[in-house]
Amino acid sequence: MTTVNPHNKSIDELKEVAAQVRRDIVRMVHAVNSGHPGGSLGCTDYFVSLYFRVMNYSTDFDMNGKGEDLFFLSNGHISPVWYSTLARAGFFDIEELSTFRKLNSRLQGHPATEEGLEGIRVASGSLGQGLSVALGAAQTKKLNKDNSLVYVLMGDGEVEEGQVWEAAMYAAHHKIDNVIATIDRNGQQIDGSTNEVMGLGDLRAKFEAFGWHVLEADGNNFELLLPALEQAKKSTGNGKPVMILMNTEMGYGVDFMMGSHKWHGVAPNDEQLEIALQQLAVNVASDY
Amino acid sequence: MKEYTYSEKKDTRSGFGAGLHELGKNNPDVVALCADLTGSLKMDAFKKDFPERFFQVGIAEANMMGLAAGMTIGGKIPFTGTFANFSTGRVYDQIRQSIAYSGKNVKICASHAGLTLGEDGATHQILEDIGMMKMLPHMTVINPCDFNQTKAATIAIAEYEGPVYLRFGRPTVPNFTPADQKFEIGKAVMLNEGTDVTIIATGHLVWKAILAGHLLADKGISAEIINIHTIKPLDAEAVLKSVRKTKCVVSAEEHNRYGGLGDSIAQVLAKNFPAPQEYVATDDTFGESGTPDELMEKYGLSEHDVVAAAERVISRKKQ
Repeated sequence: MTTVNPHNKSIDELKEVAAQVRRDIVRMVHAVNSGHPGGSLGCTDYFVSLYFRVMNYSTDFDMNGKGEDLFFLSNGHISPVWYSTLARAGFFDIEELSTFRKLNSRLQGHPATEEGLEGIRVASGSLGQGLSVALGAAQTKKLNKDNSLVYVLMGDGEVEEGQVWEAAMYAAHHKIDNVIATIDRNGQQIDGSTNEVMGLGDLRAKFEAFGWHVLEADGNNFELLLPALEQAKKSTGNGKPVMILMNTEMGYGVDFMMGSHKWHGVAPNDEQLEIALQQLAVNVASDY
Repeated sequence: MKEYTYSEKKDTRSGFGAGLHELGKNNPDVVALCADLTGSLKMDAFKKDFPERFFQVGIAEANMMGLAAGMTIGGKIPFTGTFANFSTGRVYDQIRQSIAYSGKNVKICASHAGLTLGEDGATHQILEDIGMMKMLPHMTVINPCDFNQTKAATIAIAEYEGPVYLRFGRPTVPNFTPADQKFEIGKAVMLNEGTDVTIIATGHLVWKAILAGHLLADKGISAEIINIHTIKPLDAEAVLKSVRKTKCVVSAEEHNRYGGLGDSIAQVLAKNFPAPQEYVATDDTFGESGTPDELMEKYGLSEHDVVAAAERVISRKKQ
């Protein structure tokens, strides 16, 4: 079975989609006065790159995803960017974004499978678990002689969880070389910068010491991010798990949200929303 | 009192190992993961004959639960193997989020449950696992009583779609259930029909309940004995039918009296048919080192404790 990316957009088109996704993010969290805009905005270009260019998949969602590239979000609190990307990519109706975090919604505060939202394969939010799940899915692909890839995103603060390192050791030992993990290095977590809260040290040296092939990428520049993702793809199949250390700016695209942990889990007020939307100018007719 | 005979004593964990090996032969989707306890879990035969479907995880139980959840995506049926303590409390949040809440078809197979782990002592003797696991939405909880029933349960849960906690143990116990007895999840097994008291037992306490039934018969007491291998979903119909007849019940389990089988039975009775109940269970305590028999006696889980509980509950009924 051959699956392709259903959009395969150019860089200019990706930029337009990313602006639209960022508008969705700030509007979603503003509407319910809760949610996590900072990390969502920082990772928007990564999500848009995967779903509109890099990954091969079908929007006709199937849990088993045989023959498709799979994506897992381990730091589930950045659900707004995932929900918007999934809707814009065609998994479900864009109008459904207006139900985010509301009662009886399929768009739970953190991603879940319980309500059957298309595109989600495991619940996440309690941190440190997604890499293990992705590795399991990758091993099933190998058993099934399925050559497609498994992607997983983690936060940088998230690697403070011990389970991440259990999984890192396992992946190298079992030569799981059909997984591309990414750590969002925005340097921020709830209580402050990662340097203040819990110094992560040299993540490249740590993962290399664990037996991973490590790449670095700029996560807020399509001209640099897309080649890095292509390089990561080329690095699979060589007996080593692949890790992208992706530098992003928390809150990217909205100047007053950028570079501070203060917008990790805070929604903009009415005035701040208007300023943000002006900065994310795009054809507003596409807003949900 | 119906007679139950057995040709040999066997450990329930070997029943799991035998069932898993049979699944390996008959179901290509079954995969097994183990956290450095392959011999203790009796997973060696599966590992030897199906190495491509056996995954050594090392001493990393949290990772094992996440891996198992992920392996279901693409259609595999993962069986995880480690001690009951490390299958539950150590990895509760991983099970909760990645398996139960995510509705993943993972079979959590837990050996060395309860006091009968023996000399290793309380760090390894979990008496709270049934409670923890039955609290999780979507989770099925099974505690079979002997080798044959554990083997049958292992095979049966592969056919069932959804997360399951399968609890078994280390010591050898009489292997008395028929080898060809069909295992029906959620269906109680009637062992002896009686009229004076209902004894509902699970796991290693089932044989103790049979021994108690004979001792009670010698005293002229007719005990109805039920083997509840599935604690969740509980066979409430079987419980109510029996207690409506006998008007009192003893629950018996190798588990804390808080949160185990006894509480599940009490909940059914409180709602539908309030009746006197006595618990044979550990009394909100940790275990300690000792032989399995010594521990079962010291912590009140012998056949004599079942007899005493039956006499107490009958006397409460007559008041």
